[in-house]
Formats: sequence, structure tokens, C-alpha cells
Amino acid sequence: MNITKLTVHELKEKLDKKELTVEEIVKAYAQRIEEKEKDVQAFITTLTENAVEKAKEIDDRKAKGETQSPYSGIPIGIKDNICTKGIKTTCASKMLANFIAPYDATVIEKLNQENLISLGKLNMDEFAMGSSTEYSYFKKTRNPWNLNTVPGGSSGGVAAAVAADMVPWALGSDTGGSIRQPASLCGVVGLKPTYGLVSRYGLVAFASSLDQIGPITKDVEDSAILLNMITGHDEKDSTSVELEKKDYTKALKNDVKGLKIGIPKEWYGEGLNEEVKAKLEQAIEKYKELGAIVEECSLDVANYALATYYIVACAEASSNLGRFDGIRYGYRAENYTNLKELFKNSRSEGFGDEVKRRIILGTYVLSSGYYDAYYKKAQQVRTLVKQKFDEAFEKYDVLLTPTSPTVAFEFGAKSNNPLEMYLADICTVSINIAGLPGISLPCGVDSKGMPIGMQLVGNRFSEETILNVAYTYEQATKFREQYKPTFRGGAN
Amino acid sequence: MQVSKEELLHIANLASLKLKEEEIDNYLLNLQDILNFANIVSKAPVENLPETIGANDKYNVFRKDEIQVFEDNELLISNAPEAERNMFKIPKVL
Amino acid sequence: MSKEDYEVVIGLEVHAELSTKTKIFCSCPTEFGAAPNTHICPICTAMPGTLPVLNEKVVEYAVKAGLATGCSIARDSKNDRKNYFYPDLPKSYQISQFDKPLCEHGEVEIEEEGEKKKIGITRIHIEEDAGKLNHNEFGGGSLVDLNRAGVPLIEIVSEPDMRSSKDAESYLRKIKSILEYIEVSDCKMQEGSLRADVNVSVRKKGSKEFGTRTEMKNMNSFRSIVRAIEYEESRQIEVIEEGGTITQETLRWDDVSGKTFSMRDKEDAQDYRYFPEPDLVAIRLSEEYIENIKNNLPELPESRRARYLEEYKLSEKESKMLTASKYLSNMFEDALTICGNPKAVANWLLSDVSRILNEKEIEPDQIPFTANQLAKMIELIEKGTISSAIGKKVLEELFENPRDPEEIIKEKGWIQISDEGAIKEVVTRILENNPQSIIDYKAGKDRALGFLVGQAMKETKGKANPQMLNKMFLEELNK
Repeated sequence: MNITKLTVHELKEKLDKKELTVEEIVKAYAQRIEEKEKDVQAFITTLTENAVEKAKEIDDRKAKGETQSPYSGIPIGIKDNICTKGIKTTCASKMLANFIAPYDATVIEKLNQENLISLGKLNMDEFAMGSSTEYSYFKKTRNPWNLNTVPGGSSGGVAAAVAADMVPWALGSDTGGSIRQPASLCGVVGLKPTYGLVSRYGLVAFASSLDQIGPITKDVEDSAILLNMITGHDEKDSTSVELEKKDYTKALKNDVKGLKIGIPKEWYGEGLNEEVKAKLEQAIEKYKELGAIVEECSLDVANYALATYYIVACAEASSNLGRFDGIRYGYRAENYTNLKELFKNSRSEGFGDEVKRRIILGTYVLSSGYYDAYYKKAQQVRTLVKQKFDEAFEKYDVLLTPTSPTVAFEFGAKSNNPLEMYLADICTVSINIAGLPGISLPCGVDSKGMPIGMQLVGNRFSEETILNVAYTYEQATKFREQYKPTFRGGAN
Repeated sequence: MQVSKEELLHIANLASLKLKEEEIDNYLLNLQDILNFANIVSKAPVENLPETIGANDKYNVFRKDEIQVFEDNELLISNAPEAERNMFKIPKVL
Repeated sequence: MSKEDYEVVIGLEVHAELSTKTKIFCSCPTEFGAAPNTHICPICTAMPGTLPVLNEKVVEYAVKAGLATGCSIARDSKNDRKNYFYPDLPKSYQISQFDKPLCEHGEVEIEEEGEKKKIGITRIHIEEDAGKLNHNEFGGGSLVDLNRAGVPLIEIVSEPDMRSSKDAESYLRKIKSILEYIEVSDCKMQEGSLRADVNVSVRKKGSKEFGTRTEMKNMNSFRSIVRAIEYEESRQIEVIEEGGTITQETLRWDDVSGKTFSMRDKEDAQDYRYFPEPDLVAIRLSEEYIENIKNNLPELPESRRARYLEEYKLSEKESKMLTASKYLSNMFEDALTICGNPKAVANWLLSDVSRILNEKEIEPDQIPFTANQLAKMIELIEKGTISSAIGKKVLEELFENPRDPEEIIKEKGWIQISDEGAIKEVVTRILENNPQSIIDYKAGKDRALGFLVGQAMKETKGKANPQMLNKMFLEELNK
């Protein structure tokens, strides 16, 4: 049995039937990480030794007949911008290279209650700013489908680790596509929940009004299971919503008959890679076959949304990252003669270029004289984008779009041109701007065997709908059975 | 809008960042590029539209005025680059 | 032109720490005086990933303050971030309120030498306090203590309606008194829980336009505020008279030299980049909520004053002076529950207690003894256990080392001698030693009696009952 190939729901079944022990599972992953890390470079911190200890403990307690949560002992990976008490949380930055959080994020507390075992902290773009994970201070994560290409970002280490079977599933964060885009580029499933569904407490803030934590998994069912674990109102996050707790796995009905799917035509225009477009069109045909009502519609917001995104996200980031001043934690410059220099030198040496670029942009758009032209205007555009989506959801249950205009690109292809890198987020950012849920799942590979993702967008708090629509397609097409990462390339 | 070098340096100063002389041109170029793109928002039909503040419509989220003591006090200081007598140490401030 | 041709224009931004149990955005205690960094948590130390949640009492207290100062209360309000770097500000932004404060357009009335004047209140908003920088007396550098970081504040911004340092002092006293009465702040200036940024400009009398203003931040004593305003007024007039111009800037007042100094270099022009705090949600207050607070507002100084006139038959002046401070007024009322003589209590508080406060340059909230102890002291006088001269000594003792007055007089041996035999003995002895006084008295010099009583008091160290002494001397002299 190839343990690491299994999904979490498959692992659980085997655990329930006592065909596997937790120790066997964790050891299999420890070995897989050992094998693949040199190629993939997904981890910033590995906890495999500790994980094996924990696994034994859980097996012992199970043997004694102790009742435990259904997923007790299932391993998981965590993006390195989610705070874990006693374990480094670096945000892939020199600034936080040695930072040990004094508390657990709310989602981590929830995973601990489920008795999940952390395998480690996963690589990302520094402070989640980027679309290729090339902006990590520590390492460049490589796409398991072609080691010469990027895994996407910012949750690149997360998506790559799931794709490479180094973790069965993992938590990422998504501010403008940081879960969905790498999931798309790595051929796995990534879900960004509705803003407010998952507590942000303990997620190191990039853009507070856009950030959400969500699952990156091998399949849609696992996505629903992990979503079940992390949702719920949190008193520590004022923006967290009070909703009745749902079981998202119950929404997976494998049926889309009569469901209305909108195809916003503007998202299929200029800039969309032809092969990506072709696969999307096949997926649309598939949904028609499955009985959904598919209609072309107009939703011309992507460019406005992208501009708005970079204004709002950078403005919030410029303020959120002010706390990294070299006083209470984080990097402190060695040379300074006074307080002002301590601040400036620590921040200038501790942050990477992209982070500084965004702080400067964000500071600029908030500064006196420019606030109205940029920030205020962007907040109005945000209302416009929301309204357009609201109108669309009066007609449709879900919208189907590409997740990324291209498949995974080569290292260095965009990292020297920030604006071009930003354009990689064109399909995903409007969903954050409007606070909606979106899921990316694979819908084929291109002629070079690189995975292509599609994005399903739902109305606020309609995770059940998009999960079901994704699940139905997945069951009908079985992507995972047809295509696997090859770990080719990577001579560099 | 055209950004001048002086403006960039002023902004960097507000953000407590020091740009090296050789980096300035590149930052300036990038900022200009992105601002040109961001200018799209000025063309959006948003007259009379309210601003979106926060990502959802929640209001009145309050906490009760009840004391809860954080137990791991020492962990709040242990990350400090420099500390003394349970305080964060910094260069002398008037 | 001379100084008389100018008028000074003053506006105050008063910061008051609210007396909530916990901080504004986290559950840490706000209690003053704890060991450094013991009242902190991941939130108020701005650990990455933490989020603020607004304390409901902070909104309530701010609304109370707004209602007590005649403000209209905003139905829709929000929090904003004010961005700047300083080591006492852990997040590098202060959560405050920018364009939608909780309260706006209020006013308070001040009175000076019988003349009443209204001072407008522009706004009252909520925000968080910063931490404290301590000078490191051992190893150099400074040390940051974040116990105060996140303590809730209200900022009360006045209109530039004050025209003298006296106006400013009266206004600040008035605000202090209101906040104390409605129990939203203990206003202890020496602990920094009440402090003011003072804006001063001058202009030619009759001019409609304001001059350029300077600002002195974080002033926390009435005396410094008055001195700083007066200094700044003269300085600005002098600059203008010499043909110069005033620069808009923040100044530091130095109490020792009695001068103001420029604080920031110009390169550091501030730009706070306010924007709506995305980690908090909007505040919407219902009519019902506001009405409810209005109906439960505690008694304000004006109404107490009227009650003192009516109920205790105190004079206008006494009532006003007593109610000017909630602490004094509360002490008055508390003392009355023990000793039923309002006139006596008022006298003690307004004469001797106030005199000592003045001498010590402290405020009524720093009175170290309790109303109970004061009342007992007054009772001892009324019962004749001590004389009022001894009473004054007891009061001084109460300021130095407050304890039960009965204990004090026992310990010090200050119990009044009211024993007839003992007094007789003293009287006899004094008469024997002062034959000239007897002659004088008999010759019609009444002053001789006073001298003899004085001698007797001296001999008994003030402990003899003065009425009895008087009576007995008269009896003996008239024999």
C-alpha cells in the first residue's frame, strides 16, 4: 500500500478498519519528506521526529480504548504564516527567521482539538506577497510536476507538499489567490472560504480585509473535511461570523442537475493561455453533460478588481507590517546609532524587495494628497465589484472561471517584473475583493503535462454549493487517477 | 501621476525604510509602473457609490470588560533582540 | 504695539484614561503601578497574527462622557488606524477614530469671577494609550514597558474658545470634574491618567483670523499648563513684535527652566495615513442604547451644587468649591454620614484641608486619609475631647500618616484636659506667676485675660479645654 498516495478520507477508513496505525502513516510521510524535500524544497521547519512520537502516543491511547476525534493522528502541514506556539513561524522572512510565537492561532487550536499531527511549517512567498514562492527568504519551492517551474504562490510550499504527497493535506492562506493559484499550478484542490468563515486570529496579517485561511487537499472531499475542522465563530476575531456549524461533507451530493453555472466571458479573453482556455471549455461541456444549466454572462470587473486589490492590499500591508520594528521580536540590524536608524536599518535589512515594494506602494496610496485618488477610490470600486457579483449571483449558483491565466511558469520568468507577477492574480483577486468563497480544482493538463485549474466561485457562505459542484466534476473526471506529478527537470 | 525621487524617499521615510542609492531607480520604476496600472480605478464608474469598509457587514462586535491574564508572560519577552529587567531594550530616547 | 494689543487663543485636547477593568482591545488589566510588562499579552504587545476586539465598556464610557458634555452621539461610528513609528507604540499604529468620532458638538460652561463662558467641544473619540519608555539607569539605553499600551483613552478636543491661561485651567478643571462625577476616569494627573495637549496661538485683538499655533503635548499638571500658556503667549508676541513668524510645531515644555523647546526636526513632517481599521467592524448605536445611558448618568456637579444650597444650607461659594472636585464632594458626603454637621465638615474641607492641598501642590484625589477619619476628628472636637487647635494638628498628622484620629491623640497625648481639678491647678499656678496681669485686669484691661489663657494653653501644650479655662480665670479674677 502506498500510504502517502491516499487521501485523508481513505486514510481514515484504513485507520478505522485497523489496516493502518497512526505510526505507520506518520512514518510513511516522514520518509516521503526525507526523499522528496531535496527536489521540492517545500518545508521551512520539519517536525517529523516529534510527529512520530505523537503518533505512537495516539496509537497507545487508541489501543487503550480511549475515545478520540475521528481524525485523530492524521498528519497535516501548515503554511508558515500561521502561528504555532513553541514552533518557529517565519513568514518565510529574514525578519522572522527566529520568531517563536507565544500562542497558537485559532485554527491550530482547532486542529489540536482534533488531535491532528503537524509535520511542519511550509514555504511561501515572504509575508504571503507573491505568486511564485520565489520571494521566500529561505528557499525556492519547486513544482513537483516540473522542477524547473514555480509552484505558484504565495502558498507554494503548501500546494507543492500536497501535490508531492509530502503531507496528506495542509492549511494555506489566501489574500488574492494564494491558495487557489498554487493549487491550480500544482494540480491539487484549494479552497478560499468566504471572508469571516474561518478565524484569522494567529494568521500573520498581510491584508486584513482580504486574508482567509483555507485547506489545500488532494481532493474535494478532504477539502470539505478540513473546512469542517477550521470553521466556527471566534471571539478573538471581530470579523468572524456567527453561523450555525455545518457539515460540509453532507453537501457532496455528486449531482449538479438544474444548477445554474455562469461563465463570465471577460475572464476568457485576452491574456488567457489557449491551452488553459481549451481545458476550461471542456470542463464547461462536462458540466452540461452532467445536467447543469450553463450560460455565458458578463462580469467585467477583473481589471478594476486587480487594481483595487493592489491598492487595498498594499495599504493594509504597509500598516500591518509596521510592527516589525526590531524591538519586541524579529530581526534587529547590527549597526545603528539611534532609534530611527534602528527602525530603518532593521526593516530595510529584514524585509525582502517585494515586501518593501508593497510597503512603499501602500504607504504612497495612503499618504496625504493621494488617499482620495487611490485608497478611497479603490474602496468605492470594491463596492462596485461586490455589486456586480451580487447581480451575477441573482442569476447563477456558481461562476466558472480559470484560476490562473497560465500553467506554472519557469523560475525567474516574472520575478523581475512585479507588474507582470501581479497580473498572474487577475482571475483570483476579485473573489477576495468581494469576500466570496472560491475553490480551484484541476481540470486537465496541457501539452507538456502541466496541470490546469478551474475556479468555481459562489455567493457568500455558499461553500456547500461550490464544494458540491467541484465534487461532482471530480467524480466524473477522476483527474488524480489519470495524472501524477513526475518530478522531472530540476537539474539546476 | 509622476512620482519624483524626492517623493519616493519621503514615502520610504514614512515607512521607516532606507533605500540604497542603487536601488532607488528600480523602486521608482516599479512604483510608477504599478501606479499607472492602479490608475484604472480612477476610470471606474463609481460616482455616488459608498466605500466598502471592512470585508463584511458585521457591526457592534464587543468584548465584555472581564480580566483574563495571559499565562505565558515570559514568552512575550523571549523573542526580543535585547531585553533587560523584563523590558524591551532600545537605544536611548529623550 | 504692546502685549495688551494681543489676545491669546487656546484649544485643548484632553486625554483621559478610562477606568475600565481591562484594556481597550484585549483582556489585560489596566491597574496602575504593576511591575513592568506584567499586564501584557500577545495582543497588546502586537505579536504577529493577533487581532483587537473592542471592549464594550469603552464605548459606553465615551458615550457617557459625550452626554455629560452636551455632545450629540454618533449613530454610526468606526475605528481608524493612525500610523507612525515609536517604540512605545507596538503595532506602529494607534487604533483611534478619525472622521467618525463617537461624540461631537458639545460644550461646557466655565465660570470666572462670576462671569460665565461656554467652551465648545469639537469631538470626543476613543483610542488606545501607548506604553512607557523608562530611562535605563544601569546599562544605558531606554527600556520599554507595555503595561499602559492599550489602556483605553478618550480624547476630548475643544474648540479654540479659551482666551487666557485661567480659561484653560477652568476648562480643564471642569472636564476633570465631569469625568470624575460620571465615573469614567479617575483623572489622576500625577499618574498620567488625565493629560492635555495644549494649542496656543496669538492674534491682534479684534482680528477674526487665528494666528499660527504651537502645540505642547502631554501636559499633566495645572500649574505647568498655566505657566506654559503664559510663556508661549509672551514668546509668540515677542516673535511677532520683532517681525518674525510663528512656526506651526510641537513644543516641549520644560518645567525646570520654564521654557518651551522645539521637538522635531522639519524633515520629519508627520503624515499619519489614517485609514479605517479593517480588523474591527462598525459601531452602530441605537436610540435605546443612548437613552439608557442618558437615564443612568450619575449626578453632575451643577445638580449637586443646588442640592448643597438647599439641603445643607451651605453658601453659594462653599457649594461651588466643594462640588468642583468629585473627590472633595464625595468626602464631604461620606463624612456627613458619620458626623451630622455639614457646616463643620465643609469648613474643614474648604479651609484647612484645601490649604494643605495647596501647600503640598496636590489634588483632592491624592488626599491620603478617609472621610471616616476626617469625620471622627470633627466629632472629637464636638465632643470636647480635643480643641480645634489640636484638630489642626490631627489633620496634619492625617496627611502624614493617616490612621484613626483617636489613636493619634492617644499616642501623642493630645487629649483635652477637661478635668476641673487639673484645670484649676493650672489656673492657680498661672495666676501666681503673673501678678501683674491680675492688676491689669482689675484696672480694666480685658486683654490680660487673653494673655492668661494663652499662658495656660502654652503650659498645657494646647490640651486644656479653652472654654473651661476662660470660665475659671474669670471666676478667680472676679473673686
